[in-house]
Amino acid sequence: MTDLAASSPIPERRARSQAWWNAVNAWLLLLPAAVLLVAFTHWPILATIRHSLFITKRNGSEVFVGTDSYGAMAADPIFWKALVNNFWFALGTIPTSIALALIMAVWVNRNMRGRGFLRLAYFTPTVLPMIAVANIWLFFYTPDYGALDQLRGLFGLGGWNWLGDPSTVMGCLIVMVIWKEAGFFMIFYLAALQQLSPDLDEAASIEGASRWYTFRRITFPLLMPTTLFVAINAVINSFKLVDHLVIMTKGGPNNASTLLLYYIYEVAFTFQDSSYAATLTVVLLTLLSAIALLKFGYLDRRIHYQ
Amino acid sequence: MRGRTHPVEAVAAWLLALIWLAPLAYAFWSALHPAAYATSFSLSAPWTLENFARAWKQAPFGRYYLNTVVLVTFILVGQLILSTLAAYAFARFRFRGSGIAFALVLLQLMIMPDVLIVENYRAIAKLGLLDTIPAIALPYLASAFGIFLLRQTFKSVPQELVEAARVEGAGPLVILWRVYVPLARPTYVAFGLVSVSYHWNNFLWPLIVTNSVEARPLTVGLAVFGAPETGVDWSVITAATVMTMAPLLIAFLLFQRQFVQSFMRAGIR
Amino acid sequence: MFARRTMLIAAALAVLSMGARPAAAVDLTMYYPVAVGGPVTKIIDDMVSRFEKDNPDVKVTAVYAGNYTDTMTKAMTAMKGGQPPQLSVLLSTDVFTLMDESAIVPFDDLVSDKAWFKEFYPAFMANGQVDGKTWSIPFQRSTIVLYWNKDAFKEAGLDPEKAPASWDEMVEMSKKLVKKEGANTTRWGVEIPTTGYGYWMLQALAIENGQKMMNEAGTEVYLTAPKTVGALDYWVDLSRKHNIMPTGSIDWATLRTDFLEGKTAMMWHTTGNLTAVKDAAKFRFGVAMLPARERRGSPTGGGSFYIFKNASAEQQKAAVKFIQWMTAPERAAEWSMKTGYVAVSPAAYKTKAMEDYAKGFPQATVARDQLEHAVPELSVHENGRIYKFVNDAVQAAVTGSQKPQEALAAAQAQSDRVLRAAK
Repeated sequence: MTDLAASSPIPERRARSQAWWNAVNAWLLLLPAAVLLVAFTHWPILATIRHSLFITKRNGSEVFVGTDSYGAMAADPIFWKALVNNFWFALGTIPTSIALALIMAVWVNRNMRGRGFLRLAYFTPTVLPMIAVANIWLFFYTPDYGALDQLRGLFGLGGWNWLGDPSTVMGCLIVMVIWKEAGFFMIFYLAALQQLSPDLDEAASIEGASRWYTFRRITFPLLMPTTLFVAINAVINSFKLVDHLVIMTKGGPNNASTLLLYYIYEVAFTFQDSSYAATLTVVLLTLLSAIALLKFGYLDRRIHYQ
Repeated sequence: MRGRTHPVEAVAAWLLALIWLAPLAYAFWSALHPAAYATSFSLSAPWTLENFARAWKQAPFGRYYLNTVVLVTFILVGQLILSTLAAYAFARFRFRGSGIAFALVLLQLMIMPDVLIVENYRAIAKLGLLDTIPAIALPYLASAFGIFLLRQTFKSVPQELVEAARVEGAGPLVILWRVYVPLARPTYVAFGLVSVSYHWNNFLWPLIVTNSVEARPLTVGLAVFGAPETGVDWSVITAATVMTMAPLLIAFLLFQRQFVQSFMRAGIR
Repeated sequence: MFARRTMLIAAALAVLSMGARPAAAVDLTMYYPVAVGGPVTKIIDDMVSRFEKDNPDVKVTAVYAGNYTDTMTKAMTAMKGGQPPQLSVLLSTDVFTLMDESAIVPFDDLVSDKAWFKEFYPAFMANGQVDGKTWSIPFQRSTIVLYWNKDAFKEAGLDPEKAPASWDEMVEMSKKLVKKEGANTTRWGVEIPTTGYGYWMLQALAIENGQKMMNEAGTEVYLTAPKTVGALDYWVDLSRKHNIMPTGSIDWATLRTDFLEGKTAMMWHTTGNLTAVKDAAKFRFGVAMLPARERRGSPTGGGSFYIFKNASAEQQKAAVKFIQWMTAPERAAEWSMKTGYVAVSPAAYKTKAMEDYAKGFPQATVARDQLEHAVPELSVHENGRIYKFVNDAVQAAVTGSQKPQEALAAAQAQSDRVLRAAK
């Protein structure tokens, strides 16, 4: 199979030296990427775990404290708040944006008039920086002068402090993130739809099946691998998407919108408590690993892409 | 299913598209009109570029642009080189430990540098690279995504072409350069577009490792500029926001098809 | 081939990371925050360039790093990373945190004549003097003042020249000032910001209610004291009982706009915003000391200069020179006039420019006059964390998710846990 070993029959010894030479070459090719991967992914993962078991004293010396930091974390209401928020954030954004993405993809896949424009409109938010998006949406949510309150004003409703009220802040951020992400997920559905055989539809329509029935019983099941793929990516994304918090809410009011990664950022860099930040990071890593195991260990074995 | 579209659906599709474009339309509206019209819409409002001029004057956006361009170029070039070499090793060499090595690479798809900010900050500090553009780039240079994508592509290169090159006496690197790389061009374009848009937009990590104007990319510059405390008015902030996203947006409009296809290609594994 | 690529990468790295800088002059990097409106970065840049012109042997790079929290984060992060700035403007209250991290040096050993410390208002020096040493020099210092819209007062049938002097009076006046259109309130009576600096506003209310919020050693906070709770009760009542303040959180940053747009007839804000308000107000407005309950009072606030330990002796000397230049009476007066911050020394108010300015615009001296009632701002070890706890409690109370008593009890418990380590 390999380029170098695929030559004509050769004596045993030469084959072995060939294999050795092969491995050396391969590792040399891997080396630059491997060094950086180890330095900025694998080593940091191990170091995070280690640092979560130590605290750094003011004089710089490290003291082993075992799982003390984990105990402190379990007693930290902000940590729990962030974790629960992460859950709601994921639940709020993922199913809706996936459903929207699917609808968008179905529409754009049709021979509808102006479908190029539609695709453009749906996809555009994806290429924008989250920071820019946050700036724009911040204005929508501004009490009284913001676009949303002006709209409410038309119906005679008063101003509402969208981002300043714990009951609405999460919802507002969720809507914004759905807007940002749906078009991205649409692309994957579009790709999948284009690979489905048109015969299926035709066969179904000859049989007289309704469009909804066709979609529900044929198209949607065939898109299942895409749905799972998108869902996994969306979940991972929901853990690392915190840019907008820096601009819009700083996690407030009263931590109503804080997310785990944002809290880690705050603890590590604002409060300068890197050992507690490491403890929090271990939780995040555990969650991500669980998703990875689910994906590689279970889903990939059942679903075949391509 | 294709071809037959109920009018209600068509209307819904267009409505959704308009809703989807509205925030962007608003940003442009506000950026191109005097501050007085930022909150009240009027068709007779005069157009102006004044907001852009003011934003440009109030913060070193020129420098921020330069930093971002250098940053995304640096990352892209690094990623392309490293991913190509590594993908070649995985796709065409059989060696002990390749399975484990590949699994370790894939780990980065799940646990990205974005969440390892605390330890990566330590590492960058130890290297003495804080507040530099390489500091922003380094954790992203080895891209599991790039390696994965190119490996798939390389695997599909016909063996006959490789054989033909070998017969002419080409070594492994020459074969890589002459046979694999040219055939993988669409993958490179796809990966390139995804990478550039990702790093143009990246924020949290650059925020952490940069302090000075000399290293700040656009996103961080925009965040610092737009901090509401400073009371910069809305029109100017939206002008700055538009400036930040304009290059990507223009590139996207010009190469829409490639963009969409790239994201598609990059997405299907 | 590999080797060449690696070297190319290494070379690229080296080129990119080296900012070519000749080392003829002393280079200083200073981080500073902006928390108020107006072209503050331009003013700083302008002052810095004039300093450089006067002192060609010193080069100052002033880096605007965001709000106070952002700037502290940047300074500490850079220090931990081994590349601290040589000096910074940070909250005067960060002193314990900076000392705990061994980040800063006292000014005592850097200046030849300690008489310099006596030139500043003692109220501003208070936060920076710990263990008999002076750790910071006041720069953009403030107190909280009450801004009122005279036109709105007149419209509501109130004396436009008279601001409320007591808590009760503020409520009574506000009730007259609230304007409604159907179910909508188009003008509120008063707004007190709850984001970012909620702890500061709460402290003002607590002081007026006769309660200190922390001890001098910076190891204890008194959040559950009945009078602190009473202060927060009053604050929450403004919106939930009297309906004269909007419910939910009120943004520090956009409050000025609310006031300028006439959405509120009064606001509590830093005097640092005075010039920005003056420049943009389309109505007549007044500035008053905060109303009293048991007494008048406001915490001091704002930022001071700190010099970092890692700076070389030469840099520290240059930093002192710069700070002395920036806080000299004429510059302090200029800074005060351009922003609204209190000029840090009595001498600044005796300069011709400042005297003329105050004559035409008496609002400019209110915050200074309030100094006699002022109390040092809440300053403890682990300051950043404690601020977050108090801010969270304020947010929880004003948004109605917790009663003031509960919210403050939670903040007290969290603070106690964090401060235990500092004792």
